[in-house]
Amino acid sequence: MTILEFSLLVAIGSMAAGLLGSLTGLGGGVVLIPMLTVLFKVDIRYAVGASLIAVIATSSGAAAAYVREGFSNIRIGMFLEIATTIGALLGAFIATWVAPSTIAIIFGFMLLYSAYLAAQPRRKLLGDEIQDPIATRLKLNGSFPTPEGTRHYCVHRVPVGFSLMFGAGALSGLLGIGSGAVKVLAMDQAMRIPFKVSTTTSNFMIGVTAAASAGVYLNRGYIDPGLAMPVMLGVLTGSMLGARILVKAETEWLRIVFGIVIALLGIEMLYKGFSGRI
Amino acid sequence: MTDPQAWNDRKVEDVIGNLLRVGVVLAASVVFIGAVIYLVRHGGAPANYRVFQGEPMELRQPRGIVHGAFAFSSRGIIQLGLLLLIATPILRVAFSVFAFAAEKDRMYMIFTMIVLSILLYSVIGTG
Repeated sequence: MTILEFSLLVAIGSMAAGLLGSLTGLGGGVVLIPMLTVLFKVDIRYAVGASLIAVIATSSGAAAAYVREGFSNIRIGMFLEIATTIGALLGAFIATWVAPSTIAIIFGFMLLYSAYLAAQPRRKLLGDEIQDPIATRLKLNGSFPTPEGTRHYCVHRVPVGFSLMFGAGALSGLLGIGSGAVKVLAMDQAMRIPFKVSTTTSNFMIGVTAAASAGVYLNRGYIDPGLAMPVMLGVLTGSMLGARILVKAETEWLRIVFGIVIALLGIEMLYKGFSGRI
Repeated sequence: MTDPQAWNDRKVEDVIGNLLRVGVVLAASVVFIGAVIYLVRHGGAPANYRVFQGEPMELRQPRGIVHGAFAFSSRGIIQLGLLLLIATPILRVAFSVFAFAAEKDRMYMIFTMIVLSILLYSVIGTG
């Protein structure tokens, strides 16, 4: 395959990954890396580097739109970014010394978990009135606009959320994904932050987290311009298209299809990882 | 000179939104220009990413990348675009340091400076 053919095919595939990622809210990274490694036979280290670039592009692009709507909480984001960036740095360092097959295996498990999450209906959890004194001291409690007026919310279990965020960062640095699912889990489930605030704040944080590990990947020579170029441009186009259709699309069945696809990819990655063929 | 009230969260959010948008558009444009030159010059060569070799030193550090881009190396130009993209969230954090300082929020200024140092260490200090 020539560089021209390769670049065009990777760009088209990345566009599809970006489109699916934004429509399902699961991010493009989870399909991107299996696609590059399994379909295009790219070494997983190059794939992770290119994916991190795509993650920064889509998250910054989307955050630019969300941050103005007033849903994301900049203080929660900034405080938790301490945990995600340290985690990301650690994850990226681990990635540079473990065997590629180990990364494939962890990735496989992560895909199966994401498939499970995609199949779950979105639950609504309501925070109780008991406040976490740490949240008050850190000024994390906030409010957001609703059609019925401004709604206030309290943040709970800050230490649990902070630790989960460290894990989310490490996973992001190790696997080159945004790990938005873990971030939302930490904020929505553990800290009881309203879903809309959790998802937009998570998106806001993903770019900073990915930048922390991208620096390490760049310095270690894992970011190849020839590969990152079609991936970045493709994913960016796909996710922008996705944001356009998202308003009118019925996404429930799409989540199920996406769940099945990533489960299959997960099994494939596990197989390749355990048989050492990656 | 700076009125603390003028730097409320709303205005900060506006600036951050614009900063991110401009950064991504700029980075994507530089990558695109580099891509066109790269494909015209090397499009016919065989693609091989099966074997990991690692990038040459001049594509790893900000200084080398800028140098390569100005020497009109197509891979250097793409890498410069990618570097601009990585710099976008870092600039966002740097701006937040200033914004929290203007709001006289010491605690968050310190939190933001911690995040900023981690990011700068990652891009500059991990070679």
